[in-house]
Amino acid sequence: MTTGFLSRYGGEIAELTVEHLWLTGAAMLFATGIAVPVGIWLTRSPRWAKPVIGAANVLQTIPSLAFFGFLLPLPWLGERAARVAIVALTAYALLPILRNTYAGIRGIDPAVLFVARALGLTSTQRLFKVELPLAASFILAGLRTATVTCVGIATIAAAVGAGGLGELIFRGVASVDNGLILAGAIPAAALALILDAALGLLELRFRIPVADTEP
Amino acid sequence: MLYGKDSRGLPGPRRGPLSGSVGLDEGFVCELRRKIAPSHRVRPYTGDEMAAAVEFRNVSFATPQGRLLLDDISFAVEEGTTTVLLGRSGSGKTTLLRTVNRMVQPTGGEVLVHGKSAGDGDLIALRRGIGYVIQETGLFPHFTLERDVAVVLEAQGRPRRERIRRSHELLAAVGLDPATFAKRYPHQLSGGQRQRAGLARALAAEPRVLLMDEPFGALDPLTRAEMQDMLRDLLARFRKTVLLVTHDLDEALYLSDRIALVSEGRLAAYLAPGEFLEPTQPAIAAYVRAFHRGERNSARAVDLRGRSGAGPSGDCEAAR
Repeated sequence: MTTGFLSRYGGEIAELTVEHLWLTGAAMLFATGIAVPVGIWLTRSPRWAKPVIGAANVLQTIPSLAFFGFLLPLPWLGERAARVAIVALTAYALLPILRNTYAGIRGIDPAVLFVARALGLTSTQRLFKVELPLAASFILAGLRTATVTCVGIATIAAAVGAGGLGELIFRGVASVDNGLILAGAIPAAALALILDAALGLLELRFRIPVADTEP
Repeated sequence: MLYGKDSRGLPGPRRGPLSGSVGLDEGFVCELRRKIAPSHRVRPYTGDEMAAAVEFRNVSFATPQGRLLLDDISFAVEEGTTTVLLGRSGSGKTTLLRTVNRMVQPTGGEVLVHGKSAGDGDLIALRRGIGYVIQETGLFPHFTLERDVAVVLEAQGRPRRERIRRSHELLAAVGLDPATFAKRYPHQLSGGQRQRAGLARALAAEPRVLLMDEPFGALDPLTRAEMQDMLRDLLARFRKTVLLVTHDLDEALYLSDRIALVSEGRLAAYLAPGEFLEPTQPAIAAYVRAFHRGERNSARAVDLRGRSGAGPSGDCEAAR
């Protein structure tokens, strides 16, 4: 039965997995592109931190199905379901990346930043040579949380016709076919786990060893 | 030789009733005097203001809340000499040090570095031209020592080969074998090794002025003494104008050509170490006395510094 099922759906599962990855990947790219610079800016103007992070938090609380629904009637966005999905997923990914970028940079030992200034590093040099490398594992941790969340939420994007593994799940629910539901759910879960592990490894690589321990 | 009056006006041990009028323990003062090392400079202090490497002119600093941390401080530091800014915690000595590389902008007066005001001009160039060492935590946790030591050269965009060469050279100069230490990270070092690396970094861009903020404050007494010796050796090799902040009178006497005593934001005294122990001013006597009390309380059984300049301690026993 299993072999029959796979030979029947295998190709489709592979195709939808790629689509699922594409939706998530594009959203993560946009979210990182927005949240990291905004997070850096917030460390420079901390009085904006509360309202901006608060706004990202509000985005996060909108039920995903409703969010997709809201975006659908919008002029350019609504033309393609994939656009709707990517915008919504981007919005969900903002908070963890933003929060971690901000907290990661703010959490750097003030003495290190002080010395970087006192030695005559320009503000750009301080950002790229000191602040971002020291906050990198934090930022990656945020990216990882966001990725896992988005892989899950992307399954719902199928409801507006954006494709992805959610399509199998919705079809399975509609036809009360558990096999079909699992055909969507298992690859989606596996995808989340694999990405989580991969980003976890990357995060570890950037982790800064703790000072003040006698060798 | 050691008890003769040397180029820095160091008096002999029995010269008159020592500071009797201000009531200092003569035995203790004698012990302190032994800590003044014989001068290691080629040129004694001349007080020639034209050669001032750093000059404070009526420097004041008030916090935005209006607290006055520095109050009208004026003195000149001669090129190539070591001046210790001595004072209690909160006296303003660190704030004063930071006006030199404009990490603190004075609210009144100005600081001249080699004749040019530190208050205007290129801030980045000013800071890169001044070496800076702080207590303990100053190394970048994500840099190898090799990279950290040459970070100012990296910021200046110098070629990689030159940076590596220079940083290996300096690591060797501060007693860290490059073959062992070049690829190490700060967390793999002891406190003393970290301070050595910090000092190497401060020297990398060949600054003429070196600022040191309690550089040995977090070290155990043995390592501390070792580091003080190393600093003296280094300064004998590379001629630098050094401003060093400490609250340790021993350290001040051992390292300085001049001591600037800072008390409640004011310059209480600016004297050569030998003169410092002839306290004609109550502020100095008060500091020496307070330090004495602290020393007794810390109950140091052994004098860990067997390297002081004077002869057998029997001389001091006689003074008691």
